[in-house]
Amino acid sequence: MIDFIQMIVSGVASGSIYALMGLAMVIIYKTSEVPNFAQGEMALISSYIAMMLLTTMNMSASMAFFLSFVFAAILGAFLEFAIFRRAKEPNVLGMIVITIGIEMILLGFVSWKFGAEQKVMPFPIDPYDGFIIGGIYISKLDTLTLVCALFFMAVLYLFFKFSKLGLAMKATQQNSVAAQIVGIRTNMIMMVTWGISSLVGATAGFLIAPTLMHPFMMWDPMLKGFAAAVMGGMTSLPGAVIAAYLLGVIENLFGGYVSIEFKTVVAFVCIVIVLCIRPSGLFARHYVKKV
Amino acid sequence: MDMKKNYFEDVQLFTSPVVVFWFAFLIGGLYLLPFVVSNYYIYVANYIAINIIVAAGLNLLVGYAGQISLGHAGFFAIGAYGTTVLMVKAGWPFFFALPGAALVAAGFGFILGMPSLRLEGTYLAIATLGFGLTITKVIGRIELFGGRDGIHVPDISIGIDTDKEFYFLLITMTIFLLLLMRNLIKTRMGRAFIAIRDADIAAETMGINIVFYKTVAFAISAFYAGIAGGMYAFVIKFIEPENFTLLMSILFLAMVVVGGLGSMMGSITGATLLCLLDLKLRKILDIPYIGEWLRGLSENWFSITGVSNIQYIVFGSIMICIMVFEPLGIYGIWIRTKKYWRTWPF
Repeated sequence: MIDFIQMIVSGVASGSIYALMGLAMVIIYKTSEVPNFAQGEMALISSYIAMMLLTTMNMSASMAFFLSFVFAAILGAFLEFAIFRRAKEPNVLGMIVITIGIEMILLGFVSWKFGAEQKVMPFPIDPYDGFIIGGIYISKLDTLTLVCALFFMAVLYLFFKFSKLGLAMKATQQNSVAAQIVGIRTNMIMMVTWGISSLVGATAGFLIAPTLMHPFMMWDPMLKGFAAAVMGGMTSLPGAVIAAYLLGVIENLFGGYVSIEFKTVVAFVCIVIVLCIRPSGLFARHYVKKV
Repeated sequence: MDMKKNYFEDVQLFTSPVVVFWFAFLIGGLYLLPFVVSNYYIYVANYIAINIIVAAGLNLLVGYAGQISLGHAGFFAIGAYGTTVLMVKAGWPFFFALPGAALVAAGFGFILGMPSLRLEGTYLAIATLGFGLTITKVIGRIELFGGRDGIHVPDISIGIDTDKEFYFLLITMTIFLLLLMRNLIKTRMGRAFIAIRDADIAAETMGINIVFYKTVAFAISAFYAGIAGGMYAFVIKFIEPENFTLLMSILFLAMVVVGGLGSMMGSITGATLLCLLDLKLRKILDIPYIGEWLRGLSENWFSITGVSNIQYIVFGSIMICIMVFEPLGIYGIWIRTKKYWRTWPF
């Protein structure tokens, strides 16, 4: 029984990371319908910047993380401004190719600058420190990740529901021409969206980096987060988070009881099954195509 | 411009004697190539030919039928492992093992085509991506396939020993497969693919069986990837699951997109260009001038160990530039140039 609960706890821990990545993807998809494959590498470069500020520049942790958050937001806004706005009549395939292109550039840049070997990022919380409740080990870092994921979900949900900017983002997604007519600066909205999304993704990066830091560290979380976002319906914030926790828990239970080798692929089998039953995800209204 | 007067002009393979001449010239050149270049370049040519087969197959799926696949490394792996295992463990001769493995890949393609009936765009991308990742994991687990350690590829044992003889076999196969593809596109089936790409609901109302054609597009595309995978096994002589990564699927897609969607010449040029770049950039520091400059730059600002990662930056930039400036790829540039010169100097 203890084993079972422990597996669920570590499932929730990895689910939190997926949830953060999934949220970041959903934010962009909600406004511009771009499946952002570069999300992971945007977080990666922000984490490396944070590490550089912490180690070679000897900054205090709060200052370093604040600056890296600012960097992440600017990076997101810059990518939208410099690349996405320039694309001519982009379709889904074009978007995927462009984001993969950005991903490769950022990945190449990071591994050129910092080398491919494992790095250590100093973090205010010791990643191997934790507490034991009723025989179950809970690491402090995982708790922080969980809090971050739920915090971002709540804030973003309220933001999209009640704030003026959030409503403007929704309007931009539904009909960008009409949004422009009523006075929404859609270009600005897009940049803000990308900035926020990059910031949320970077949080995931910072929380992974203390235990695992190399240029390919974000691939797995990014793909799982993407899978969770797709499973949740790509446009629903709570949907993405719930799906992320589902994937995390299922993955860990599968790894514990069936086979540890196939642990990483079970998420994809899950989403293929889910998509075959509900083609637009668990929590999205059914997508009807107009002729 | 090109006025078509009847149906036969639309379906004929070569539009004019000039095209026939240049085609024959090119084929002749390809067969004479091994007698003039060194062994390394024969290896390069083999590598390119294999990628051309995959790119042509993927272009049928992405460019003509309008579906997205980020899992072609999976079919490639099935082809490579299938051929090897059928030859080593089942003792099949090469000429049965290769099509056998490719048919297995086509079967998987058919299965993967099923979700494509209900999914599109982003959703299909993640489903195919998941397939590609799953296949390599599963293969890495099966002991019969050599597991994580990989498996040695046997000799081809049909009187082909050197790279040069292998080249003749491969180039014949490539030309045959490409002609087959070109024929296919000009038949009812090819036109059905294009109709589905442009407007699937309209295609369905005209009586095109979408279920059949979508799954068949996946199957044919997977068959080509399977054949190419089988040949790839003989080029690298030793295969392991780590050879067939997500990055490989991305590169295949990049070849198709860079070359030009929905064009045979596009897949050929795209595959050739990206393969040559890939091989060149692996030894980037040996390139005159640029290499020395990069060495200095890396030592001062970056890390010298990570310098080979510049190839990611180059590939990424090419993909973005093509998509932003010329969505039709190299083929689009060619079309524009041709149009420009047609009426020159007016």
